[in-house]
Amino acid sequence: MFYREAGDFKTSYADDSQTFPIKFDRVRYYVVLAVAFGIIPFLVNDYWANAILLPFLIYSIAAIGLNILVGYCGQVSLGTGGFMAVGAYACYKLMTAFPEVSMFIHVILAGGITAVVCMAFGLPSLRIKGFYLAVATLAAQFFLVWLFNRVPWFYNYSASGQINAPERDTFGILITGPNAPAWATYLFCLIFLTFCALVARNLTRGTVGRSWMAIRDMDIAAEIIGVNPLKAKLTAFAVSGFFIGISGALFFAVYLGAVEVGEAFGINKSFLVLFMVILGGLGSIFGSFAGAAFLVLLPVVLKVVGVDLLGWPTDIVAHFQLVIVGALIVVFLIAEPHGMAQLWRVAKEKLRLWPFPH
Amino acid sequence: MKKTLTTLALGAAMAAGPAMADLVFPDLSYRTGPYAAGGIPFSDGYNDYFTLLNERDGGIGGVPAKVIECETGYNTEKGVECYESTKGQGALIYQPLSTGITYQLIPKVTADNIPLHTMGYGRTSAANGEVFSHVFNYPANYWNGASGVVNYLLEANGGDINGKKIALIYHNSAYGKEPIRTLEELSKKHGFELIALPVDHPGQEQKSQWLQIRRERPDNVVMWGWGVMNQVAIQEAANIRFPMENFIGVWWSGAEHDVMPAGDKADGYKAVTFHNVGRDFPVFDDIQKYVVDAGKAAGAGDQVGNVLYNRGMYAAMLAAEAAKTAQEIHGTGDIDAAMMRDGMEALVIDEAKMAALGMPNFGPSFNVSCDNHGGPGLVGVTQWDAESKTWSLISDFKPSDTEVIGKLIEEDSGAYAAENNIESRCK
Repeated sequence: MFYREAGDFKTSYADDSQTFPIKFDRVRYYVVLAVAFGIIPFLVNDYWANAILLPFLIYSIAAIGLNILVGYCGQVSLGTGGFMAVGAYACYKLMTAFPEVSMFIHVILAGGITAVVCMAFGLPSLRIKGFYLAVATLAAQFFLVWLFNRVPWFYNYSASGQINAPERDTFGILITGPNAPAWATYLFCLIFLTFCALVARNLTRGTVGRSWMAIRDMDIAAEIIGVNPLKAKLTAFAVSGFFIGISGALFFAVYLGAVEVGEAFGINKSFLVLFMVILGGLGSIFGSFAGAAFLVLLPVVLKVVGVDLLGWPTDIVAHFQLVIVGALIVVFLIAEPHGMAQLWRVAKEKLRLWPFPH
Repeated sequence: MKKTLTTLALGAAMAAGPAMADLVFPDLSYRTGPYAAGGIPFSDGYNDYFTLLNERDGGIGGVPAKVIECETGYNTEKGVECYESTKGQGALIYQPLSTGITYQLIPKVTADNIPLHTMGYGRTSAANGEVFSHVFNYPANYWNGASGVVNYLLEANGGDINGKKIALIYHNSAYGKEPIRTLEELSKKHGFELIALPVDHPGQEQKSQWLQIRRERPDNVVMWGWGVMNQVAIQEAANIRFPMENFIGVWWSGAEHDVMPAGDKADGYKAVTFHNVGRDFPVFDDIQKYVVDAGKAAGAGDQVGNVLYNRGMYAAMLAAEAAKTAQEIHGTGDIDAAMMRDGMEALVIDEAKMAALGMPNFGPSFNVSCDNHGGPGLVGVTQWDAESKTWSLISDFKPSDTEVIGKLIEEDSGAYAAENNIESRCK
């Protein structure tokens, strides 16, 4: 009913290759964008921004970044937390060194620095793959966290080893620090997320993305048909690192404001983002959004239901949360290994035929 | 993006919170994770004291107190979520019991005009009220603790620790790094050699650090640990037969659950403290009668009188007294967070007040003022007796080296003020 192709004619190559081939999807996409940019900023308050929307937006960027590496290029990475830390510390050093420069530039530069670091750690991927690469990136995770804890230059020699985001603005609007308005931080992250999602979507359906997917599906065959594995793998690491660096910078500067590297960017963060990608759907931009939303919202919903509505003790709810998230991951992997994006895809297929399945 | 819309609808239901008639004390507790062993007794003590006030006195100044508990798991992201979800419900004061969460909240509470009390933890230089208007860390802070340890060692060695070797085994985080600056200054002043050994979160892996301690043979080991790290360290010290009398922890490394796993071998282990230990105080009879026996105890109700339970209760008592002070200043029972801040800044704790509350000699007497949010920094020493399974206070509450600490506080808070363009507010 909603999804129908009758009357949706394509008369040019551009029409044929568009991201949302069905009109309903296209309209929905613009509606979502309009709501996100035009309505939510006027409604958002501190609680919604800091507890739900910012983590969702920032984790979505990280998930898109990791999805490019794992989902599109097939290079398993457990170093996401470490790379987010690179973004955060790069952003911190830039913010303190050049206070008058706009936050937009700092965040993008932080992404660029992370891309370089990520590429350096991606070099072994030319020789090793699968589990062995996972272990190599795991080393990146531990090395980077150790580095930021060990070398005082990175945290400007502060006594506690923490980094604190000072107040910085862009176009005269405060973006970081406690006095930044909720709508500004929300919009700032939303702009980055929209930008990252558009770039990722367009990269993945072009030459670069196709070479990534060729490498993922069978690297030897890809090499034979002329895909340069060095270029394909390193570009995947670079683009992925760029997005993850942006998310790390936003995570530190806009969302938390103060960060302790071992606690905020530990191995748990790597697993969390990997779970988002796996649950959401490997090789899908929508899946990155769905996975991030799921894992950010689920604990909050469980807390609201368990503690606020049912009045259970907080520790029981916290333990239940571990059990429920764990069980859901197992169930998902058994019932739908391609993640929520695949569920959505199947639902769409069914809706296209409904109500006349034959 | 669709998800954000559904959550928005869900939030509308949540926004309609409870009426703001009570005095709200959020409790950002952690009863799960590697630090739960310390989080549970503290939170129990915090909750039970407010329950006692409600049951026995009908609240604070006639207004009932309400504790909203929110589980953080010692995790900063969850701490921020808890802060944001409780601040709109009329929260008067935050005590997160985590240095990491404290660093997140310092700028936020200042912007939101809610006081933050970090008793014996958090950012030490917040003791300078000229810069940190909404952060309080009376009655003692980390640097007092570090200085207290050194003073105790001086006393034990006849006033001379020149040439001694002291190892600091610390949690490799903002919390564990706090005392290093002070200990470095003190090592220059007193001529001892300091060896700093970091232990990574959560602290189960300490074999290499203790091997190094065995090799270097320090005269004393000082510990800055929390959670599971303490138990492991004390067990490791017992394993290498390090004399427990020479092993001294900060106040977050000196509770029952830290020493129990090592059994008899932990006998003689010491820790500094800023309040008294044991349950030999009248207030515990009241807690037993009005809270535990009435079945209203928080958690399992089995922590009463433990070191960290006492500390949680002490924290609640200081908050309640500040609320009373605020009620007197502003002449209303129904105070808000801004009034609470005034009450904390005008707080006076003397022995008569403590005795009236059923806690004679429980903690030091002190006055908070506009420029001093840190209190007097008096530090006592406790020791563990493995046979009777009790901690006992083995020294009075003595002053710490304010000369060294004051300069460091000045320096660190000055840097913060310059970074954030804060002007001194006290005349």
